[in-house]
Amino acid sequence: MLDQTARSDLPLVEVDDLHVRFFDGDETVWAVNGVSFELMPGEVLCIIGESGSGKSVTMRALMRLLPGQRSVISGRIRIGQFDIMALDERRMSAIRGSTVSMVFQEPMTALDPVYTLGQQIGETLMRHEGCSRKAARQRALELLQLVKVPLPERRLDSYPHELSGGLRQRALIAMALSCRPRLVLADEPTTALDASVQIQILLLLRKLQRELGMGLIFVTHDLGVAAQIADQIAVMYAGRIVELGSAGDVLLRPRHPYTKGLLASIVRDPLRDHDIEAIPGSPPDLRVIAQGCSFAPRCKFARPICATAVPRPRHIAPDHVASCVLIEDLPHHDAPAVPRPPFPIPASGRGVY
Amino acid sequence: MAADAVPRLVTQPPTAPDDPRDRGGRAQPLLIAQNLEKHFPIRGGMLSREHGSIKAVDDVSFSVLKGETMGVVGESGCGKSTLARVLMGLVPQDKGSIVFDGEMVGGQQGLPMRELRRNMQIVFQDSDSSLNPRLPIVESIAYGPRVHGMRRAEARSLARDLLQRVGLDPALFAFRYPHELSGGQKQRVNVARALALNPRLVILDEAVSALDKSIEAQVLNLLRQLKQTLNLTYVFISHDLNVVRCVSDRMLVMYLGQVVEIGPTDTIYRKPKHPYTEALLESRLTTDPRNRVEIAPLAGDPPNPADPPSGCRFRTRCVFAEEICAARRPALGESNSHAAHLVACHMADPRSGHSRTAPSSQRAAALGC
Amino acid sequence: MSDTALPLPRLAGAERAPRSARARGYWRTVGRRLSRDYVTLFFALVIAVIVLAAILAPLIAPFDPNATSIVNRLKPIGYKGLFILGTDELGRDVLSRLIYGGRISLLMGLLPVGLATCIGGFLGLIAGFAGGWVNALIMRIMDVFYAFPSVLLAVAISGTMGGGIVVSLVALTLVFTPPLCRVSEAATTQIRSRDFVDAARASGATSLSIMLYHVLRNVLAPVLIYASSLVSVSILLAAGLSFLGLGVEPPTPDWGLMLSTLRQSIYVQPVICALPGAAIFVCSLSFNLVSDGLRQAMDIKA
Repeated sequence: MLDQTARSDLPLVEVDDLHVRFFDGDETVWAVNGVSFELMPGEVLCIIGESGSGKSVTMRALMRLLPGQRSVISGRIRIGQFDIMALDERRMSAIRGSTVSMVFQEPMTALDPVYTLGQQIGETLMRHEGCSRKAARQRALELLQLVKVPLPERRLDSYPHELSGGLRQRALIAMALSCRPRLVLADEPTTALDASVQIQILLLLRKLQRELGMGLIFVTHDLGVAAQIADQIAVMYAGRIVELGSAGDVLLRPRHPYTKGLLASIVRDPLRDHDIEAIPGSPPDLRVIAQGCSFAPRCKFARPICATAVPRPRHIAPDHVASCVLIEDLPHHDAPAVPRPPFPIPASGRGVY
Repeated sequence: MAADAVPRLVTQPPTAPDDPRDRGGRAQPLLIAQNLEKHFPIRGGMLSREHGSIKAVDDVSFSVLKGETMGVVGESGCGKSTLARVLMGLVPQDKGSIVFDGEMVGGQQGLPMRELRRNMQIVFQDSDSSLNPRLPIVESIAYGPRVHGMRRAEARSLARDLLQRVGLDPALFAFRYPHELSGGQKQRVNVARALALNPRLVILDEAVSALDKSIEAQVLNLLRQLKQTLNLTYVFISHDLNVVRCVSDRMLVMYLGQVVEIGPTDTIYRKPKHPYTEALLESRLTTDPRNRVEIAPLAGDPPNPADPPSGCRFRTRCVFAEEICAARRPALGESNSHAAHLVACHMADPRSGHSRTAPSSQRAAALGC
Repeated sequence: MSDTALPLPRLAGAERAPRSARARGYWRTVGRRLSRDYVTLFFALVIAVIVLAAILAPLIAPFDPNATSIVNRLKPIGYKGLFILGTDELGRDVLSRLIYGGRISLLMGLLPVGLATCIGGFLGLIAGFAGGWVNALIMRIMDVFYAFPSVLLAVAISGTMGGGIVVSLVALTLVFTPPLCRVSEAATTQIRSRDFVDAARASGATSLSIMLYHVLRNVLAPVLIYASSLVSVSILLAAGLSFLGLGVEPPTPDWGLMLSTLRQSIYVQPVICALPGAAIFVCSLSFNLVSDGLRQAMDIKA
């Protein structure tokens, strides 16, 4: 099937006004409240947020991995040429693993403990690409080499519990890449790892992403991780994107008070004599949806107008938006709310295979 | 060093106001760990024979001065959590001793464990299991004082006071259950519980590691304020080097159960001497996308703690490893000064035979005299 | 763009509560969930009816359960409007015997399980908390009993000790103690490894204090759930023992015994012969479903 979206000027991922609600008995949890963004092919988007921001739910909604009975998703999601919301479960599971794949946070729970690595990677390959067991094993070996697992022939026959955290995460990445996906979703894959291993995994992901030309959406709470690998950054709070722009814009020239507060509260220099500038209060309870700006109760710049309506995204620059009433729009700018920055596509759009 | 000899102080400790419970005087370190060792046997086979052991804590010695914050840094498997439990007496050590304010802990004439526990407490990492899920938090906090004889009503009132002190309004929070609290709030409760027995030393075992960054900042501020008002001494264990730099006066770095570097925090951060410390410092990520790390400072994974490399345990990942590193374990060295910057590396010891040792004119500086 | 900040109405100093202001305990949440589970509520009602009938038996039973009558033997259901459920082979009113029989069945269902919960639960708590050789000793003794199928074990103990209601109670208690001990030990071992137990030790508490104050309240839930599922089994086993003649002595009304004696009359009045079986079935099923509902309500991923 010809894929029109393989053209480099069309976004690989388009998410428009995504809403996700969970029903737990008689309570409703408003997990995601109107998220919109785009991702160009070969680009890395980092979604930054703390617990309860809705970032993981957004990710899982992209792959429709949310429990069906208890959740309601609305909005438009397009990945490649697929309209995700319109697909049935059978077509959706054909896409998972092949066009879109996911790397989870806890490799120990994401890997099946009773199968070897070779079996697990091979199973994905045989299912989606229909190759024979021998061919799958050979491909699995190549994948383990690609993710720099030492002694890959031995590791093919290892069980997950025999591996260290870093090796398990590499194995998960190998599984995620096995069917040459166009989009990889990573949900805090390095949070459980030590700093020295985290760097290795981040560099590996970045390198593979560049070589294979995949899009990567990376969810994290760590601003340092985002600085390391992101091209674009979206900051989420209480189920909404409050700031969106390039890595440099968001991290060096933040405009939303939450982003500024996050950056200020990161400990850097010795502060043994005085307090760190912390954001007061706690993340909001998602069972109650606020009338106005969700961040207003904790914001030191809050005004009465903040409580009346949810602030719409305003442009600080053509590619940099933030949802705060204190920001004035750029004059005579009527571009769409979601920025579409030009992005250099790597010369070799296809990968090693 | 003889087992009962107490290192004497040369430089001045951070000034701490006089505490009525003080026994040893200002110069006396509040806590001294001497040659602590804890090995966990690995059993297997039909008869559960022991065929190896995990050397979780291997010959660890350090002191903590009154009123300071001592940072303990290391990655997973380095033994820092085991060290915390050994210090608290939750896990008995195989060898070595602990001296609290000049008195040996345990043994025939030593300080009894119950007495030690009134003086030393621990705050665990926020997790689902750090608080009893079936107890309201005021009872969790009041338990400690009640164990030591306080009456129930009095203990509850003390617990409510402590909740106020850690920033939780007792009218709202006292009878909540842990599942109704957020991570930051649970951690504040853990701190309150640790303070219930009015300790002098608090061990913080990854106390802020599981929290969101904005909440982490709040809790660190709280800890700093409590330290000042209650005249506390902290041992701060963490894998996050940025946080350790922010809170610690001195610090030590652990690798596979051993101390590889120890000294004043600022000195170590400015000029780390051990290749592992240097690599760890370079693995920190900044929030500046213009300063990305291009090459991983440390390759590979930490080796298996059950089967550590011979000699220097770091040699399998060290760029400067030579034959001497496999043959002999480098010693940390000793010093009379608590402000000394000591390192366990053959490169710092001119007598080791390593090709990269510092010339003798810098030897005195390296040994921290 | 000025930076003037208005004082906010909430949030000053101490933290606000993120969830609802009512402090909801675990048991209150369980109660709330149960109140919405209609199946469980219905069968709980059935149990309530059985229990009430058993308690009020002298008041509501139409006839003396032991009053025989040669004339009125094996009469069908609704005979003369007097014998609502007919009569048995000795002319006794079946309905009255069923009502009185409920007393024995409930007793044989609840008492052994209650005793076994106390004994087995406590032993498991000690085994789980102490670990080491104490654990090994207790659990291996339990394993010996566990090795026997429960029916065989009950029959063997009852038969050896001579039968009768007290012996049956003892036998059933012995049958149910090992599994409850095992559940309790597993739960205790799991709880013991949690940080809050370490924190309690770090406060200087004795093992006994920690066991009774901290561990016990966490172990109660799984043990009670398991115990409630055993009640239905106990009713069945007790009826079985009575059926075999190892339980209550005639002429005491008991459902199992009734099944046994009515067996010969199955070609005469088949429906009446099935009635004690139906009573056992309903009673056992009700306890089973209620315990299931209880388990679901208590399985809160808080």
